[in-house]
Amino acid sequence: MGLATQHKKLEKNINLLAIFSFIAVSIGGIVEIAPLFWIDNTIEEVEGMRPYTPLEQAGRNIYVREGCYSCHSQMIRPFRDEVERYGHYSLAAESMYDHPFQWGSKRTGPDLARVGGRYSDEWHVQHLEDPQSVVPESIMPKYSFLGDTPLNTDNAAAMLVALRRVGVPYSDRDVGEAMADMILQADPDSGGDVEDFQQRYPKAQVRDFDGDPSKLTEMDALVAYLQMLGTLVDVDSAAAQERLAEEKGR
Amino acid sequence: MQAEAALGRVGLWFLVMVLSVVMAATAADQGMAAHATIIGIIAFVMVWVTAGRFDPLGKAQGFFKMPEGLSRYDDDPIRWGVLATMFWALVGLLAGVFIASQLAFPQLNIEPYFNFGRVRPLHTSAVIFAFGGNILIASSFYVVQRTCRAQLAFPALARFVFWGYQLFIVLAASGYLFGVTQSREYAEPEWYVDLWLTIVWVAYLIVFVGTLARRKEPHIYVANWFYLSFIITIAMLHIVNNLAVPVAWNGSLSFSAFAGVQDALTQWWYGHNAVAFFLTVPFLAMMYYFVPKQAERPVYSYRLSIIHFWSLIFLYIWAGPHHLHYTALPDWAQTLGMVFSVILWMPSWGGMINGLMTLNGAWDKVRTDPIIRMMVMAMAFYGMATFEGPMLSIKAVNSLSHYTDWTVGHVHSGALGWNGLISFAAVYFLVPRLWKRERMYSLRMINWHFWLATLGIVFYAASMWVAGITQGLMWREYGPDGYLVNSFAETVAALHELYIIRALGGVMYLSGAIIMGYNVWMTIGGKLREEKPMGAMPAYDPDKDRPIAGSASPEPAE
Repeated sequence: MGLATQHKKLEKNINLLAIFSFIAVSIGGIVEIAPLFWIDNTIEEVEGMRPYTPLEQAGRNIYVREGCYSCHSQMIRPFRDEVERYGHYSLAAESMYDHPFQWGSKRTGPDLARVGGRYSDEWHVQHLEDPQSVVPESIMPKYSFLGDTPLNTDNAAAMLVALRRVGVPYSDRDVGEAMADMILQADPDSGGDVEDFQQRYPKAQVRDFDGDPSKLTEMDALVAYLQMLGTLVDVDSAAAQERLAEEKGR
Repeated sequence: MQAEAALGRVGLWFLVMVLSVVMAATAADQGMAAHATIIGIIAFVMVWVTAGRFDPLGKAQGFFKMPEGLSRYDDDPIRWGVLATMFWALVGLLAGVFIASQLAFPQLNIEPYFNFGRVRPLHTSAVIFAFGGNILIASSFYVVQRTCRAQLAFPALARFVFWGYQLFIVLAASGYLFGVTQSREYAEPEWYVDLWLTIVWVAYLIVFVGTLARRKEPHIYVANWFYLSFIITIAMLHIVNNLAVPVAWNGSLSFSAFAGVQDALTQWWYGHNAVAFFLTVPFLAMMYYFVPKQAERPVYSYRLSIIHFWSLIFLYIWAGPHHLHYTALPDWAQTLGMVFSVILWMPSWGGMINGLMTLNGAWDKVRTDPIIRMMVMAMAFYGMATFEGPMLSIKAVNSLSHYTDWTVGHVHSGALGWNGLISFAAVYFLVPRLWKRERMYSLRMINWHFWLATLGIVFYAASMWVAGITQGLMWREYGPDGYLVNSFAETVAALHELYIIRALGGVMYLSGAIIMGYNVWMTIGGKLREEKPMGAMPAYDPDKDRPIAGSASPEPAE
């Protein structure tokens, strides 16, 4: 049998065996992943996407740190029930500044891709402190320590610099103002220029999020992040973009 | 000379200790400080130990009654690997039972360190990388020496691989509890832990290939093809998926090099192939060595193993996108992932058939040998999981199953049934041989373990099927008025009893492993339990040895 005799060469040579198996395992990944970086319709451009504000990004880091993806997805699929339950299905562009992506793989709790603006800040704070007090059936753990933990603002600039290195378009000014922006967003009375801040970060919500204006806590950051999820893109205009794309036959 | 070498080692460890103290003092966050402290403590102990010429490893080897010195093969790292496998299996399963109970009883969450979100990666990493990884490293060192008839190359490096890998586990696991995580499924450890693993992994590759190069057999045995492609592919997946930019050199936080869609596909290319090349390919290597050995039969088909190997490793890589059906990933990638996942069913079953048919002519051993029984059940679960996987990857099925507990059930029938049972069988095979004992302390305890594990998996998988389908159907249920019937909270409440049943299944599986721990402990201690042999036939009775048709008192005819 030809196959078996041919294969004996591989069986007697470690280098050949290693090289052939490396080739075998490389092809699939190259064919599937590489095109995503250059095919232009992988991410349809939409109006309204902007990088996270320093406070939102800090909140996102807490979301990542606590492993929220274990139970919450951030990816609404294009089904009638999902769209009615959670809102317009998720667009690729909406996670274009997500390092790392947090689409999740399991919904022990509901999807959060468009949770922003659905509940009040007070609801979020009470829910995080004691989920069962607002949703008796909930099996979510308590996160009351967030309200007692001061937010680390020291690394705000370093955080934005690192994000810029991986492709998020923060300006030098954004980096320079990072720490001030972080404090300002949760405390508009701190003396900063709110208008300038909102010009650099359109639709950014500026207020005390955790109900305690006297201190900046991790609760402020996480609630600020949750409250902006899915609020940036006007999904109707995105739909218009899709029609446009269809006409172009892409 | 020896004194100088010892002094050098003391100096080296002292340097590590000082650096750790500096790192702990200047660390940007609590997680990094904790990790620097852990390394500092290890270095301190090593300074003390080296300086005092005290031989803790030798003492420990005495404690675990390890046979001394080199025999024909270098088995010392393998003995440690088997002990580590046993230890991490218990830790990982216990963590699993704990988080399963948290889902049934949320009061069990202890914020912040023992909240579900932090313990869940501890469970997955402990079972996959600690339990699975240790048995893979240990068994590969065992198999490669036997099938090459050569001693391990670079014995010092082999010991570094073992201890370095344990450090990786400790840093990863403690990191999750401190909140040091990338939150990329099965690739949670942060950048510096990833770098450390890369170093350890390259050392592993060098030891393995070095041993292959020393082989006295012209051919490389089939099990080693699987181990080799496992080591190479995991290196590729690990490096590409963990490309990240740290925020500070003295902080644990980093940001992934890719974003959004590209990040998602890179991650699931990694994630699915962690299943493929960590939990399938090298475990098939174990199947190709331990099943023929235990059954004392040759592998069923050499040609099938060639086809099986190449088609499996080529096709598996493509299957990643099936984790992203109906997401913002481009449709062409989703469809490609689905098609290859369905094709993958064939090589998977080719492997299962090759393993099971190896028992041709030895099927009676399923009755008399509980280790063979465990292996057969493992291969059967492999077959079931590799049928269920392609089915779940079909987009229509996935639209119901995705995001539900069905996926969790599927993963566990593979992990508990296939990976768990074949690993346990390998440990039962290895312990008597490594410690030079006649057999395991008790075969009947292996049988108990087998039944507890099997029943545990049945409870687990069945409850998760029901939970997943219940949840999927409830989410999409519409009333006659055209509105969604269930709030999300109602779909959570509906699963409570099923989560209790699942936790119960986990407890059964864990109890089996505890019995195993006792059995291994007693075997190491050199004890043999007096018990009735398994599956003994009743004594020969000539009176009963006659055709049934012509029995002594025939029924009267009509």
